[in-house]
Amino acid sequence: MADEVVLLDTWASMFGMRVRIALAEKGVKYEYKEENLWNKSPLLLQMNPIHRKIPVLIHNGKPICESAIIVQYIDEVWNHNPPLMPSDPYERAQARFWVDYIDKKVYDTWRKMWLSSGEEHETWKKELISIFKQLEETLGGKPFYGGDTFGFLDIGLIPFYSWFYTFETHGNFKMEAECPKLVAWAKRCMERETVSKTLPDEKKVHDHVLGMKKALESK
Amino acid sequence: MAEQDKVILHGMWASPYAKRVELALNFKGIPYEYVEEDLRNKSELLLKYNPVHKKVPVLVHNGKAIAESMVILEYIDETWKDGPKLLPSDSYRRAQARFWSSFIQDQLMEASFLVVKTDGEAQQKAVEQVYEKLNVVEDGMKSYLAERNASTESNFGIVEIVFCALFGPYKAHEEVLGMKFIVPEKFPLLFSWLMAIVEVEAVKKATPPHEKTVGILQLFRQSALKSSAAA
Repeated sequence: MADEVVLLDTWASMFGMRVRIALAEKGVKYEYKEENLWNKSPLLLQMNPIHRKIPVLIHNGKPICESAIIVQYIDEVWNHNPPLMPSDPYERAQARFWVDYIDKKVYDTWRKMWLSSGEEHETWKKELISIFKQLEETLGGKPFYGGDTFGFLDIGLIPFYSWFYTFETHGNFKMEAECPKLVAWAKRCMERETVSKTLPDEKKVHDHVLGMKKALESK
Repeated sequence: MAEQDKVILHGMWASPYAKRVELALNFKGIPYEYVEEDLRNKSELLLKYNPVHKKVPVLVHNGKAIAESMVILEYIDETWKDGPKLLPSDSYRRAQARFWSSFIQDQLMEASFLVVKTDGEAQQKAVEQVYEKLNVVEDGMKSYLAERNASTESNFGIVEIVFCALFGPYKAHEEVLGMKFIVPEKFPLLFSWLMAIVEVEAVKKATPPHEKTVGILQLFRQSALKSSAAA
């Protein structure tokens, strides 16, 4: 059966990267469509009329939205190896809990740090670092969040690695100094082709974010 | 293994988040011990079981703690495999169930609380926000409920649970706020859906006495209005 798989995304989105990594892990062939978020395509507006956000996976014409939901969908539909979710229900709950934690905390805190200055900026920077320290603590001594194998939570977090340079530059800190084990984990993940081929160059991300700030400020 | 399962729910009787877990456990017929938390004075156990968020609900299953209500619901569905399922078996339907639960959670929880916490123009604005989001759900449920395969999918699942935990206390909302969230003329599908949901045995079992709910809602509203007046 010929599956038609389309991904609406933007190259620098950590959430989109989760989906790209999951599709790559499963060896799913798909068509990638780059969206311009300042000028969203009719397809995006049709497929995600409610949130109008990327990523959106379109599988045989049917849209699936929200990156964590999409990754689980991919794992369930293309249920051959490698499994992305742990098999044990408790481990699955832990993985979902921490992806939810990342989704609740990381991007919003980064954004607040990015758009603030002075004392407020310092407060958000400390908060961002403490969030990553918490995630580092959760990893413990394991090679991956999935244990011996790369999985759902690893996929949920690793895209942020391509944004570390941007966080560091804006916050004037070094992730390696604050969270050395986390950086070691990220480098381990980057040894996987599915990750290294998906994550964009960190300097490109940084330039893109600088560009976004200028665009926001000029509005 | 059912006899050896020890299930404890740390909750707060008026929390819609904790309510979700109660509804799920009731629906699946899972026996559990309930621990009522005083949120102004959280127990040592709660802080130990949910050090990250320090919130209810927390489910403790044979000594292992799971936090975050939506995570708990999926855990319950995956662990107690007998009987009705909380999530559809079809992958696309599962994605939709997760999407709608997430939508109600993200777009309607805080928005409805705001209606309770405000008055005058601010409340009017908050009500309009809620109605706007409810329109989206009304539309969404048209296809979501119509596409449900009655033979393979239970008519009480995570979407019903999340919706009911929030809008189930509609009588108390009406008494305290003098208005309805789920206005039958505006949201006919949601209204008939809600009326059917509150009749489900698992829901009736988890519904506190009306006066108690009115009491706490009034308390919550008064204290919010007072603190915003003082601000």
